[in-house]
Amino acid sequence: MVQRMLKTVVGVALAGAFGGMAIAQDSKVADELAKYREALADGNPADLLEVKGESLWSEKRGPKNASLEQCDLGLGPGKLEGAYASLPKYFKDTNKVMDVESRLVHCMVTLQGFTPAEATRQWYSKPGKESDIEALVTFIGAKSNGMKINVPATHPEEAKMAKMGEYIFYRRSGPQDFSCSICHGQEGKRIRLQELGNLTTQQGAGFAMKTWPSYRVSQGAVWTMQRRLIDCMRQARWPEPNYLADSIIALETYLQKNATGTVMETPGIKR
Amino acid sequence: MKLKLALFGALSLALAAPALAQKAVEVPGGKYAKEAEQMFRGSFRADNPSYWMTRLEQDETMKTCQQYRDNPPRKIGEKLEKLNAATIRYPVDGKLIGDWKEGEKLAAVGTGGHIGFIQPDPPGRVRGGNCYACHELAKKEVAYGTIGPSLHHFGKLRGNSDDIVKYAYDKIYNSNAFSACTNMPRFGLHNWLTPEQITHIVAFLIDPESPVNKD
Repeated sequence: MVQRMLKTVVGVALAGAFGGMAIAQDSKVADELAKYREALADGNPADLLEVKGESLWSEKRGPKNASLEQCDLGLGPGKLEGAYASLPKYFKDTNKVMDVESRLVHCMVTLQGFTPAEATRQWYSKPGKESDIEALVTFIGAKSNGMKINVPATHPEEAKMAKMGEYIFYRRSGPQDFSCSICHGQEGKRIRLQELGNLTTQQGAGFAMKTWPSYRVSQGAVWTMQRRLIDCMRQARWPEPNYLADSIIALETYLQKNATGTVMETPGIKR
Repeated sequence: MKLKLALFGALSLALAAPALAQKAVEVPGGKYAKEAEQMFRGSFRADNPSYWMTRLEQDETMKTCQQYRDNPPRKIGEKLEKLNAATIRYPVDGKLIGDWKEGEKLAAVGTGGHIGFIQPDPPGRVRGGNCYACHELAKKEVAYGTIGPSLHHFGKLRGNSDDIVKYAYDKIYNSNAFSACTNMPRFGLHNWLTPEQITHIVAFLIDPESPVNKD
């Protein structure tokens, strides 16, 4: 973790140095970078959540007073190394393609005895209200740090989910005619000063996907990929899909498939 | 005769080639497109107000653009452009140049229109054109996006003839009247901006006193 933090600090410092040359007079950008550095000075706040997630993982909880240590995230019960990087994937026991969050909730229900409603009640944090799911996903994600994203979607059900995600990626609707693709389907563009990745390419999708879950400075919280994508829909001025909805898992499968081969750097820290 | 035939063949090949190339691009979702649409529609809470859910409806333009990944064959693009041009409405008084100062404010506002249970806009949140998200306009605003072309010196470069003024108004009202499946929203068609508000943004682009045409 320390090594990773050092790498991040150096990376941001370098980015700051190079960026600084091109936009020396842009005080807004300088302020923004200063905020980043400030946040990084004491490490990524997500690291604290990772530690919390680790203890939640092994703590006996729920009506069945059981830990999550036997949870099968796709590589076998309790096997965490590389699990996040190879999700979403098809699970025989549920006959479904599941992402890290739907699988985690599945384990909380089957192993610990929570109802689905109990398990997902606090699926994202609010000021003063922490989210166990955010902590657990941060912990699980960190166990894939340094490993390659590996979602080739070779199982027919996975291939189908990836295609359905592609459909949603290009689907235009709403009062602004938005789709994911209009901002994330081309190279080298930005919204205001925010750079946009081309998520249809390995490089673009890899750059976007490798740092999730991520601490978001502007939100003061760690966001999971479900949270990220549901908020994309809000920004598109659409209604919000349900947490763990298949359409979100489909988008994740499409993006992880595109990103496959990229080395994970998680938890990340973003605007 | 033979030469004529050969020429004809070569010409038809040349004409057919781009059409074939476009046909090779698969519809997003492939054979699962229909199922994907059902899945997407089934992803929302049943107690969503119906006016929220109408935002998922796709008109012919949206559907066609999705199908061709926003790059329709020219013939289909032309059809969409005609369809969209027919939707354009003008202010009652017929004046297309409003107040550039109002336009400047609208160009900067990126809020408004957010719905949902997690982070909806508070009631009465101002809705703007959010032009700076994608376009460079006045020199003094450095935080501009690059999805659309730079509009810096729009009026200075193009003048303020009736044609240019009408073009600017029409483009903002319904961008797809000119280039089908563009990334730019159709601000007038969706009533996102009123005709009057659009005239203010036109003024911001055209007026010699506007910061767009200074510096």
